[in-house]
Amino acid sequence: MLAIDVISTMFLAAGAFFMIIGTAGLLRFPDFYTRLHATGKCDTLGQILIIVGCMTYEGLSFITIKLFFVSAFYLLVGPTGTHALMKAAYASGLPVWRKGDKRM
Amino acid sequence: MIVPFLVVGIIIATTILVCSYRAIYGPGTFNRIVAANVIGTKAIVLLIVVGYIIERPEFIDIALMYAVIAFIGTIIIAKYVERGELC
Amino acid sequence: MKKEGWSFSIALTFCVMFAFWMLLSAWTVYLLEPYDLFKVSSRGILAALIVSFLTYEIFVPSRGENVLLKIRRLIPYIGWELWQIYLATIDVTKRVLGILPVDPRIIEFDTTLRSDFALVTFANSITLTPGTITIDIEPEKGRYIVHAIAKEPAESLTVDQTMQKKVGHVFMEE
Repeated sequence: MLAIDVISTMFLAAGAFFMIIGTAGLLRFPDFYTRLHATGKCDTLGQILIIVGCMTYEGLSFITIKLFFVSAFYLLVGPTGTHALMKAAYASGLPVWRKGDKRM
Repeated sequence: MIVPFLVVGIIIATTILVCSYRAIYGPGTFNRIVAANVIGTKAIVLLIVVGYIIERPEFIDIALMYAVIAFIGTIIIAKYVERGELC
Repeated sequence: MKKEGWSFSIALTFCVMFAFWMLLSAWTVYLLEPYDLFKVSSRGILAALIVSFLTYEIFVPSRGENVLLKIRRLIPYIGWELWQIYLATIDVTKRVLGILPVDPRIIEFDTTLRSDFALVTFANSITLTPGTITIDIEPEKGRYIVHAIAKEPAESLTVDQTMQKKVGHVFMEE
């Protein structure tokens, strides 16, 4: 077991843990707007950590540059998609959940 | 070095299965759109991990193309639900 | 070809697109047929020409005042942004596991940013900060409508105003 294998396994494990937390938030939160908070932030960081783990396993070659472009594209595009969904829901009148309401 | 990639792949596939509960039972349209978006995101990561398991580097190009197409699909569905027509 | 300086825009877009294509695909072609430069890059030149004729209006030269200074100030801002993504995920983890409460609300505030690029960068940064997501923007007055998940992230945006000062410093407070 080289040192690079251990570092890459730690990044992969951290990425998988944050993906599990994101899905648990999708099932547990009480409202549509709060579920977008959970998935929009946890999925972005989990994806970046898994791709960084794959990049350190590979070393320095052309595949590393391709993986870097995949993760940089998703870092720019993920929050934009979340904002577009939230604006569509707010403009078509979905009710907002306050503390003490029924679960919707 | 195949064992960590196999374990991560099985964890992500299980997460996709759990997330489809919200796609079936979510009350209303918007919860189902969010579940479809999350499944698309996890599918990109799953493509890269499977590319490492069977040792073929061409899967990364497929993941890049699928990321672009999933983003365009989400923006078009959000615009249609907001206005009732596509322009 | 309605705007001025369209030939410079097409040339610059073609160079950027061709360099990107060479970075992503030339290595497989080189391994198959070495030492034949026209065969390696003919597909790249055709693809870059088609794309740059359709989308040349991004690099319009009338928008580029102090571009190098803005790029040099943007790189430490991206580093601070990656640290905020990590803090945001730790905050969501605590709310999922039940350590901190969930108490959402909607807030509105005004800023002094007016150009397109500054408004979009600030909206993306609000989405990546712990506990807030942008809902709507009005471009004339710089007004943001934001959904916050509890009281502390809402107050760090309206009362402290750390992020408005940082973005205003990068784009020279438009």
